[in-house]
Amino acid sequence: MATDVIATTPTAGPQTPGSERARKRATRAARSGRAPGEKALVAAPSTWFVWAGMAAFLIFLLGILTSVIVDSFGKSWFSTWLPEVFTPQWYAKSWERFDLTHVIGVTLTVAVSVVVLSVLIGVPAAYLLARRDFPGKKLLSLLFLLPILMPPITFGIPLATVMYNLGLGRTIWAVILVNLVPSVPFVIMTMTPFIEQINPSIENAARMCGASMRQVFTRVLAPLLIPGILAAAILVLVRTVGMFELTFLVSGPQSDTLVVAIYRAMTSAGGGEARQLVSAMAVMYTMTMMIILVVALRFVNPTQLVARVKDSRED
Amino acid sequence: MAITASAFESLELKDVGRSFGGHDALVGLNLTIRAGEFIALLGPSGCGKSTALNCLAGLLPLTHGTISIDGKRVDTLPSEKRGFGMVFQNYALFPHLSVEKNVAFGLQMQGTPKAELKARVAEAVALVKLEQHTKKLPGQLSGGQQQRVAIARAVVLQPRLVLMDEPLSNLDAKLRLDMRTEIRRLHQSLGLTTFYVTHDQEEALSLADRLVVLREGRVQQIGTPAELHNKPSNWHVADFMGYRNLIDLTVEAVSGEDVRVSGAGFSLNGHAAQQVHKGESVRLAIRPEDLTVVEPGDSVRDGNTISATVAVVEYQGREFAVGVQTAEGQTLHVRSAHAPQIGDRVTLTVSASRALVYRSSLDEDSAGSTPELEEVRA
Amino acid sequence: MSTAVDSRRPGGDSAGAPRGAGQRKSSASLRHRLAERGIDKSLVMLVPAAVFLIALFVYPFTYGIGLTFQPSLLQQEKWGGGIFANYLAFFKDPFVFDSIWLTMRLALPAALINVLASIPVAFKLRGKFRGKRFMTTLLVLPITLGTVLTAQGLLIFAGRQGWLNRFLMEVGIIDAPLQLVNNYIGVLFSLIITGFPFAFLLISSYLSGIDPSLEAAARTLGADWKQRFRRVILPLLAPGLATTFILTFVLAFSVFPSARLVGDAMGSTRVMSLMAFRAFGEQNDYPMASTIAIMMGVVELAVIALVLLWRSFLYKGSTGGKG
Repeated sequence: MATDVIATTPTAGPQTPGSERARKRATRAARSGRAPGEKALVAAPSTWFVWAGMAAFLIFLLGILTSVIVDSFGKSWFSTWLPEVFTPQWYAKSWERFDLTHVIGVTLTVAVSVVVLSVLIGVPAAYLLARRDFPGKKLLSLLFLLPILMPPITFGIPLATVMYNLGLGRTIWAVILVNLVPSVPFVIMTMTPFIEQINPSIENAARMCGASMRQVFTRVLAPLLIPGILAAAILVLVRTVGMFELTFLVSGPQSDTLVVAIYRAMTSAGGGEARQLVSAMAVMYTMTMMIILVVALRFVNPTQLVARVKDSRED
Repeated sequence: MAITASAFESLELKDVGRSFGGHDALVGLNLTIRAGEFIALLGPSGCGKSTALNCLAGLLPLTHGTISIDGKRVDTLPSEKRGFGMVFQNYALFPHLSVEKNVAFGLQMQGTPKAELKARVAEAVALVKLEQHTKKLPGQLSGGQQQRVAIARAVVLQPRLVLMDEPLSNLDAKLRLDMRTEIRRLHQSLGLTTFYVTHDQEEALSLADRLVVLREGRVQQIGTPAELHNKPSNWHVADFMGYRNLIDLTVEAVSGEDVRVSGAGFSLNGHAAQQVHKGESVRLAIRPEDLTVVEPGDSVRDGNTISATVAVVEYQGREFAVGVQTAEGQTLHVRSAHAPQIGDRVTLTVSASRALVYRSSLDEDSAGSTPELEEVRA
Repeated sequence: MSTAVDSRRPGGDSAGAPRGAGQRKSSASLRHRLAERGIDKSLVMLVPAAVFLIALFVYPFTYGIGLTFQPSLLQQEKWGGGIFANYLAFFKDPFVFDSIWLTMRLALPAALINVLASIPVAFKLRGKFRGKRFMTTLLVLPITLGTVLTAQGLLIFAGRQGWLNRFLMEVGIIDAPLQLVNNYIGVLFSLIITGFPFAFLLISSYLSGIDPSLEAAARTLGADWKQRFRRVILPLLAPGLATTFILTFVLAFSVFPSARLVGDAMGSTRVMSLMAFRAFGEQNDYPMASTIAIMMGVVELAVIALVLLWRSFLYKGSTGGKG
């Protein structure tokens, strides 16, 4: 009996002269500052294994990142720990050499267009798929899923062929259009749980108050869906800026986005451009992406994109 | 200006039906609602009462029939053009708008001038006594307050008809009683025509001028609270109206409306609520209040006695709800003025006019009622 | 939107008109019948998405399939088989056909490692603790790197002169620099670095979708840490794991830039997407490129189908999250 009491109310431990085992447990708990019955931090080798794995991953990650950054500032870095001389000149050189003003302009134009178009197309569709039942819904849902499930090359090559046949090849239009193919389904997939968590009777209430379908959308649904739309938009933005395969298939010198430009620089004939030029460009790319993502993470919690359950009960 | 109901003579539902891919959720609802009336639609969950409400609101298209107001069809209008107000079960307040803006929403949709809008919103908020909370968001209000906002939002538009979808079911017991009074007060002071959906018979009886009982999408009975309370049209309605004792018996003799039924170890004199014949198996319905324990010195009513053993005793304020069991294993619910002991042998009595005899089958569809029989016995 | 449709409907509001009676009835009954099947005017909202899907996905895809049966003269001469020459070429040319195996050898281990490594990490980072946001951000960081920068970084960091080899040699673990890039290992590394954050994010969100009170319930029933994981969490998480595996597999399966940049493009990392692009961009043989691309889709969908089949055997039900 006493054991039970102590186990459930650890503060009562020292005062109650319980069994030997209970007292031991209570003192151990008091020393480590935890309630008895909780998992012990020291005892689990699996915990150490996980932390070690994560550490290795992070070392690799930081190693990759810093070596590119160091390389982009280094003049002649071969068989030493660090380059002998540091210089910022590679940035100016690569900016000029690859016409980055234009490339970044293209990248932003493409990204923003894709985000706007895919939200405009995807959100209403996501709404209907989440809320309504109609003939052919299953087929349509499956079709919307396919562009995400298929390798980009699989639909990218036929699509690029069509683009070239239509004379759209190597234009910025082609780049925007091909990037829409995975983006619209992606918006639909991201938005569906957000829409489902809004109670349908809120929309009914708006209609009973005399709001037309359009007013329901603009006055009630849009404000409630802003977090979801923001999340979807940011993810599409990141995906589009980082999308290599599809863009590469249809872009030309005038419509290359930053990733494709870097790839071309790395693989251009004659063993590629000077490594530091590429590194400088890669650093600029990463900086752009990082700014987008840091801003994004301030708005959305990435671990709650799929399902949202209050974890307040945990503490 | 005061909030009033915009009037009409009558609202007529004619043969209204709705089916979902072959399944009939609502069949042949005929009802005429007069202005100022409080109609309650009563039925267990899944009986089609929400379907009926949504059809009336225009949130669900009809698959049958017409709805018209003073001879003018409204079922072809989208819900936002019908001029009805609605109060939802889960309140359905706009979570991003303050109390004030929630109430103002409908007026904004109508393009009401600013000054008038302000005055009407203030009036509606005052009506539900929420003046202190106008700037709060719905999330900061209690359930009862949220429900008041929902009511204010519906009545501020001076709707021709207010639809209420189980508005009290999410509230706790005490609040529910308060809000019930509040709704009745609003209805009477504003002269609102109200169509109220609920599964709670007590709520329906206390609020409504007329009740509609629905079962599996079909109307079972329409009538005033007193009619339904005293003369349910079949055992299903009786069950819903609080006739907790439903006993399957056989008719021994019929003379006019007086019937003698027997089975389950006893026989009783009852009143035929539906036409029954000798030898027919029937269902006897008695309210627990009408079935009483015979105390020493009490007289037995109409020669009706049942002996049984006390199994469960619940204290219910003024009296005790007692569960007893007959020798044949039939469980009965009765009332007693003082608490009997578990295991006591008691004698029960009921007056013949309060022992209603119904046919076992529910009208045209006798099929598929077996699972319900099981449920009622248990 | 709704007003426009309303006014066009015959006899919609003008109830008094005797002439329109019959007409109204028929229109109403058609509307009734359509309504019962879930068709009404709000479906207009689907139109842009449907047009998009048909124009940019369905049409090009069917066109691509048609293209595979129009082989170039070169392929026909080389492999015969008339309209099936492309497929003969695909299956008979070991240089092309072996790429299936080479792709699988990269994508399957990469996806498996990503999913399996994400489970414990997601578990450790569950719940609330200080610096959680920082940890999450750090783990998500590689998304910003992209495949191309990862490739560049790996070449420098893990190259023969890179810090990694230099460190291992200083410490004395190895005598000669390890060959970590321009081969299979390099590509696998790059797939894990780019794929792990996705797997981690997805599994975290599936995990947060499992109601914590379930675990609490299991705890009150006397289940210890391992039992709770095996009997409660894992079955609920399984559909999410399958989905995550599929998505990371898709990501790894279409590996292209890293296979070219940090791999051995003509040898051990000659993956299908490289072969498809070679036909498309270098040989300008669009039919053959489409054939390889379509076959890539077929192979991938086969793997996905297997995973889904396994999942349907494992558990029928739903987590809190959306599958």
